[in-house]
Amino acid sequence: MTAAIAVDRLTKRFGLKTVLRGLNFTAAQGEFVALLGPNGAGKTTFLRILASLSRPTSGEVRIGGAALPREAATVRRRLGVVSHQPLLYGDLTAEENLHFFARLYGLAAPEERIGEVLTLVGLARRRHDLVRTYSRGMQQRLAIARAILHDPDVLLLDEPYTGLDQDASAMLDAVLQEVAAQGRTVVMTSHDLSRVAALASRFDVLARGRIAASASRADLADAQLLAFYRTAIAEEAS
Amino acid sequence: MSGDAPITSLWQATRAIAWKDLTAERRSRELLSAMLVFALLVILAFNFALDLDPKTRGSVASGVLWVTFIFAGTLGLNRSMATEKDRGCLDGLLLAPIDRSAIYFGKAIANLAFMLIVEAIVFPLYSVLYNVNLFLPGLLLTVVLGSVGYVAVGTLLSSMAVQARTRDMLLPILLFPVALPVLIAAVKASAGYLGGLPMEEIIPWLNLLGVYDVIFITVAFMVFDFIVEE
Amino acid sequence: MKSTPTALKILDAASALLIAAALALVFGYAPMERTMGLVQKVFYFHVSANWVGMLGFLVAAVAGGIYLAKGTPRWDVIEVAAVEIGLAFSLIGIVSGSIWARPIWNTWWTWDPRLVTVTVMELIYIAYFMLRSGIEDPDRRARYAAVYAIVGFLSVPLTFLSIRMFRSIHPVVITSSQAQLSPKMLQTFMFSLFAFSVLFVSLLWHRVRLGQLTAHIERLRLKLSE
Repeated sequence: MTAAIAVDRLTKRFGLKTVLRGLNFTAAQGEFVALLGPNGAGKTTFLRILASLSRPTSGEVRIGGAALPREAATVRRRLGVVSHQPLLYGDLTAEENLHFFARLYGLAAPEERIGEVLTLVGLARRRHDLVRTYSRGMQQRLAIARAILHDPDVLLLDEPYTGLDQDASAMLDAVLQEVAAQGRTVVMTSHDLSRVAALASRFDVLARGRIAASASRADLADAQLLAFYRTAIAEEAS
Repeated sequence: MSGDAPITSLWQATRAIAWKDLTAERRSRELLSAMLVFALLVILAFNFALDLDPKTRGSVASGVLWVTFIFAGTLGLNRSMATEKDRGCLDGLLLAPIDRSAIYFGKAIANLAFMLIVEAIVFPLYSVLYNVNLFLPGLLLTVVLGSVGYVAVGTLLSSMAVQARTRDMLLPILLFPVALPVLIAAVKASAGYLGGLPMEEIIPWLNLLGVYDVIFITVAFMVFDFIVEE
Repeated sequence: MKSTPTALKILDAASALLIAAALALVFGYAPMERTMGLVQKVFYFHVSANWVGMLGFLVAAVAGGIYLAKGTPRWDVIEVAAVEIGLAFSLIGIVSGSIWARPIWNTWWTWDPRLVTVTVMELIYIAYFMLRSGIEDPDRRARYAAVYAIVGFLSVPLTFLSIRMFRSIHPVVITSSQAQLSPKMLQTFMFSLFAFSVLFVSLLWHRVRLGQLTAHIERLRLKLSE
């Protein structure tokens, strides 16, 4: 079976600045990978490449067997993305936003699916409200609804907890757990270890443009996680 | 699955994006009201700056109108792209399995609609204020051709300007010198219709507008991918 | 990076000699124009400068197209170099035109289609540099600049056409129609064009090398800081 995500010797340069240097990464179907690393390690860049928003300088990226950037349209159909920005239109209602994206993704029966995802993220009752009037947490949940609207195999999340308070974060946790339970492959970046500890099935540390260390949940107890993270970054820096 | 073709056709995606912009604008009316108020202020300013008395107003009407449209248009173009950029919405569009050109055409259609709406409101107002009849079929055609050309280049350039540090300043600086032929041709054609000139003196200007429209829609279609794809 | 290549040194010498020869032809060979007198001699270098300006913008648009197709940074460097040279020579063209216009047309400035078009072109390419300086990411900067170099260049003929049509409807008091050139004048003129073209190639080469050296230094500096 092909891996859900397979990245081979990925390099990304911005002008003369190299951000990713020969990064290798794979994720199997259904894995929930937490991508950890200090600021500026290249997490967002890596995720933007996986999301087909940025082209690799060199190396191979395959999502569900389709190569980027060559088969970008195929990849985009199978991909859901949540960033720290909501990617939603404030002057449209939740339902209109989803309806719009359903049209872009060419969904066959949008009404039904929109109702489904809105219920999943707990916003069914506020579907007719303008997104502008939503709290940050609600916007982020709607962003997840938007990302899973077309039932993607792979879900990418870039610092989804940015700007959320305790309650909103807990609610987002619940939604993410549910989404991941549907057999999707999830990659989530975060600089907050405690946040991802409960969710992820695997922890990868990105430092200086490479995956510096990787460990599965089974290998680590929660208590060891911080030590693992620190060692990985320290090793890479030396 | 056949190849790597986008699932949604260019036309469907274009329509969806234009629909989205128009629906959002119907809600907020931010952009249109700003464009309109600004347009009226420009006309007001011209009234006193040029002393639009009955004798001169006939000859300068087309110039006043077009400068008004172009200034108001710049305001709209800037704002329309800024909404995509500021909340990361452009990424949302790029993530969808659609042809990149659909983003250009969708935005351009919405921008054109905004500009035409402003023009449709300014026209009767100007007619009443200065007692000139602007509702001549040829003049309306000129307005459409001129607006299409201006929006075609403007949408393309605003999608670049919005990514720059100096974006609000940058758009008019990028756009005006390139859109100069539109301004000249539109002003002359409009003046021709208002002054009752024979058609053979107006036709060359309409041709120029038509050629401009075709060239720049084609170029924008060809290069837009390079602006949004990283 | 090596020192200046021999071919470029030869080209430098050639352009210096050619310009000197062109000067000699202008003042020694070409006959004095009967009505305009000495000031007519501006014409040879004035048109040549404008020609190089146009050539620069054309090269920039073509380089922009190739950059978009291939994505190799070297074409971006060539594009910038060509625009810079185009700007400088167009300015020389405008100033020398003014010097000529003052005694002949009795004004420093006139809304002559060619003059206005060149001025609009200057504005387009000043905007080009403003666009460049507003964008941080080098790849994006290069892409946007390439697009603008193409769009700007394509608008130039339409601008010229519209201004000429604008004038032709109003009566034009001053026409810029070319005076008849005698064979010696024509030879001098063609030679000046050629000399300026060689100078253009030589300058372009220098400027591209400068751009590449700058990139090289940037790379070294980055390596040091890592």
